[in-house]
Amino acid sequence: MHHMLHIKNGIVIDTKNGIKAEKMDIFVKEGKIVEESEIDKSQCKVIDASNKLVVAGGVDMHAHIAGSKINTGRTMRPEEMRMVRQIANKFRASVGRVLLTSPAIGYEYAKMGYTTSFEAAQPPIGALHTHEELDAIPMVDKAALPVFGNWHFVFKYVAENDIEKLKTFIAWAIERTKGFGVKVVNPGGVEAWMYGGNCRSLDDEVPNFGVTPREIITSLIKATEELNLCHSVHLHCNNLGNPGNFETTIETMKLANGFSNDKRQVLHVTHVQFNAYAGSSWRDVGSGAAEIAKVVNGMDNVTIDMGAAIFGHATAMTGDAPFQFTLHKLLGARWSNKDSEVEGGAGIVPIMYLPKNPVHALQWAIGLELGLLVESDKVVLTTDFPNGGPFTEYPYVMAMLMSKKMREKELERVSPYVQKAANLPSIDAEKTLDEVMHMTRALSARVLGLENKGHLGVGADADISIYDFNPNEIDTSNDYEIINKAFRNALYTIKGGVIIVKEGQLVDEVWGTTYWVDATNKVDTEAIEEDLDKYFELYYSVEKEHYGVEEAWIKNPTRLVMG
Amino acid sequence: MAQKVICTFCGSVCDDVEFDVEEFKAKKFCKLGRSKFSKKERIKAPMVDGKEVSYEEATQKAAEILVNAKKPLLYGWASTVNEAIRLGVILTEKVRGVYDQCASVCHAPGTLAVIEEGLPGASLGAIKNRADLVIFWGSNPMEAHPRHPLRYSMSAKGLLISGRKDRKVVVVDVRKTKTAKKADVFVQIKPGYDYPIISALRALIKGEDIEVDEVGGVSKEQLKELAEMMKSAKYGVIFYGLGVTQSRGRDRNIENAVKLIQLLNRYTRFVIWPMRGHYNVVGSGEVPAWEVGYQYAIDFSRGYPRFSPAEFSANEVLQRKDCDAALVIAADPVAHFPKASVKHLKKIPVIQIDPFPNMTTLVADVVIPSAVYGLEAEGTAYRMDGIPLRVKKVIDTEYWSDEKILEELLKKVVELRGE
Ligand code: SF4
Ligand SMILES: [Zn+2]
Repeated sequence: MHHMLHIKNGIVIDTKNGIKAEKMDIFVKEGKIVEESEIDKSQCKVIDASNKLVVAGGVDMHAHIAGSKINTGRTMRPEEMRMVRQIANKFRASVGRVLLTSPAIGYEYAKMGYTTSFEAAQPPIGALHTHEELDAIPMVDKAALPVFGNWHFVFKYVAENDIEKLKTFIAWAIERTKGFGVKVVNPGGVEAWMYGGNCRSLDDEVPNFGVTPREIITSLIKATEELNLCHSVHLHCNNLGNPGNFETTIETMKLANGFSNDKRQVLHVTHVQFNAYAGSSWRDVGSGAAEIAKVVNGMDNVTIDMGAAIFGHATAMTGDAPFQFTLHKLLGARWSNKDSEVEGGAGIVPIMYLPKNPVHALQWAIGLELGLLVESDKVVLTTDFPNGGPFTEYPYVMAMLMSKKMREKELERVSPYVQKAANLPSIDAEKTLDEVMHMTRALSARVLGLENKGHLGVGADADISIYDFNPNEIDTSNDYEIINKAFRNALYTIKGGVIIVKEGQLVDEVWGTTYWVDATNKVDTEAIEEDLDKYFELYYSVEKEHYGVEEAWIKNPTRLVMG
Repeated sequence: MAQKVICTFCGSVCDDVEFDVEEFKAKKFCKLGRSKFSKKERIKAPMVDGKEVSYEEATQKAAEILVNAKKPLLYGWASTVNEAIRLGVILTEKVRGVYDQCASVCHAPGTLAVIEEGLPGASLGAIKNRADLVIFWGSNPMEAHPRHPLRYSMSAKGLLISGRKDRKVVVVDVRKTKTAKKADVFVQIKPGYDYPIISALRALIKGEDIEVDEVGGVSKEQLKELAEMMKSAKYGVIFYGLGVTQSRGRDRNIENAVKLIQLLNRYTRFVIWPMRGHYNVVGSGEVPAWEVGYQYAIDFSRGYPRFSPAEFSANEVLQRKDCDAALVIAADPVAHFPKASVKHLKKIPVIQIDPFPNMTTLVADVVIPSAVYGLEAEGTAYRMDGIPLRVKKVIDTEYWSDEKILEELLKKVVELRGE
């Protein structure tokens, strides 16, 4: 039910609107935040938020929550499903440890006060599957990013240096997949994997196409910027997971030089923890986070997300199929792989991060270092769920970023290797609560180009979370236990004006929207029709007319037409 | 005029076939698909205890049966669409029953092997583009998936392969099948010897000696040749079938085969994939996986899902007499299950949902006829390689779709339970 709401006397942090822990009232009508004058106080439900933190609902900009990868993960790992979170009642049964069922994903986000989550890698031909799973996730708004970096059409247009056709293809593909933006995973490297290889440097040539990752990334940024999509290129770098890769990452970031956008970054580099290793082997591996932070802080058009590693179970699942095979060999673990038409591939490998394992402890440290050393306006808090660990541990990461004391305590239980190979022990910085709220709300919304998310200004979506502490009274350096606990169970979560969580318990079920981006008005698809016909005829195993997702097949779609 | 449709018979889910509505005529289909897309005997109307009733009455009666049962079994699902399957899973959770699907009697050992070792695979499009070596192991597409060889595997053209001549085809089977007759190499094995033969190949590929002259009816010479062929392929694929999953060793055979693939990828590229039978048997596992965490053999009697193939597969449940009602959708257990299972099925109230009459119709207390997906109703199906396709509706019908029937059933169950 849509009530008018009056959230009274809360202590509001809203970084986008410059509100720093100020006592104020918030008004909600028809799912939006409105002026006080819009509200009929006699009709209105009042929530007393005195001495409580009031913020916008959390926005997770990078998680793997829907589609063939996570679902193969579930099939591979029934042991993940033994954790029962909820017996079926008014709500669905909800199970899962790190991998969760679709209902559980929505419920757990809601309990944490998160109200938006984006699937970060949608295999284009599997788009319909991804959307079916997104449709099965209650509570949150969502979207999916189709992957482009190993798609033969992209290679072709990059090789021909035809940016117009590349733009046309991107617009066509995003419309067909009902996707949100341009995700790129190990550009060129997954195509090389079809021959057993990889592209570990920016200048490795992609077999048979004569293009390089450098050219692919640059062209995709150019095309995305010319199309002026709401989200920038979202890149999983080459050379992921290998010692010494921080240099590749830095070189990659520099490809953004020369591009600019008034509203947002032109390149988002994702789960950087996995791309921030120094050293030359697993024996001398170290942290490259400080060097990366320096570069990101020195640029004004690049953002990153952490990809923090959490101790415990996780499942590596990426479109980076050659990396997944390397991981399988390294761990001797189960391995699924999927080479996909002429679009790329993916792999899945179970993993567990152990505090006493030197490499795992280093990964854990590097994720946090990135969160601490990169300016708060440039780094989003993520675990690359479920690669670095569960999103349900975001509160742990929040608390760690705000408290050196907590970090010192945690450092005592991890491998001493971290003391020499990482920067974390010597970092004194502590993020403020404002900064952490920024990194989980306003910043992630801005990175995605969602103007109505991540803040509480008039006109914003009424996605609001209320937490059980007073930001003006808490000492985040010392009260890390309170922080860690409070962010796990919101006092209230409000989604589109509906109270869905109260005192950490689900009270109502809502179905969010699925955003998709339509930029077809900016191109003439006629220009690539012949190429499409030819590729579908020769290289696809489905007919072109059966490729893609119609809007009518999606439960609750929102089409965003690009201006 | 013929229009493009999508075949809803076997796991190949051919989407290049045509149907002429005016003439009611299927074109380009294989024999199997054509027979589904032709005028067939249908269940005329909903029935309760043999008497014709309205959909309203039939779904009401079905809902009562499900609500009154302590533990109903909801079985079938492989020949319906994801939209219906999703409602079926939610319905099973609501009535605290057991969800099981056709895989539990055919390809489930493959799923167990995925749990043990994973599934290094590829889409059929990737295979048609790249595979220079195709091995059909215990599978016989010429008979079970007649257009698979043409569209995806044997003679399909693609990026690196210009046709049959660019590709070596091997069949490993216990008898010379129709597919074997078209292969370049036929390896005849003794029934039940898949496991040791795969082990021998693993040893040979690693460069070890196997110290015997023959394994499972295959000479060391021939095994060496096969190992060499696999190792020197640029991109190979094993398509396995029921010959492997249902012979001695079952899931262990597949597990061993996956280990062989893991090994081969240290030298070259190699993938493996099951030849799934019904057009959406993949969906009948994928949908419950995202809704409740598991693919089949799922018990909800405690209000949350539990997975245990040895306890909660349809046959186990029936033979233990551990269900007191059954809903059978898009399947025919009476024709295909062992006698002991059918015996219990005959004793309990049975609801059937199906477009076509079959042996199960004869024992069903409530029969609810449904529209034919792909022809009379649309919905999502997953091809054997997991590629989603939206099958079409090209003809109007009075029959309700499975989705609509289950929606109504779910609504009535919720009402009856007073929720
Ligand atoms: S091969 Fe299978 S899907 Fe294709 S036409 Fe024949 S029965 Fe239908
Ligand atoms: Zn990711």
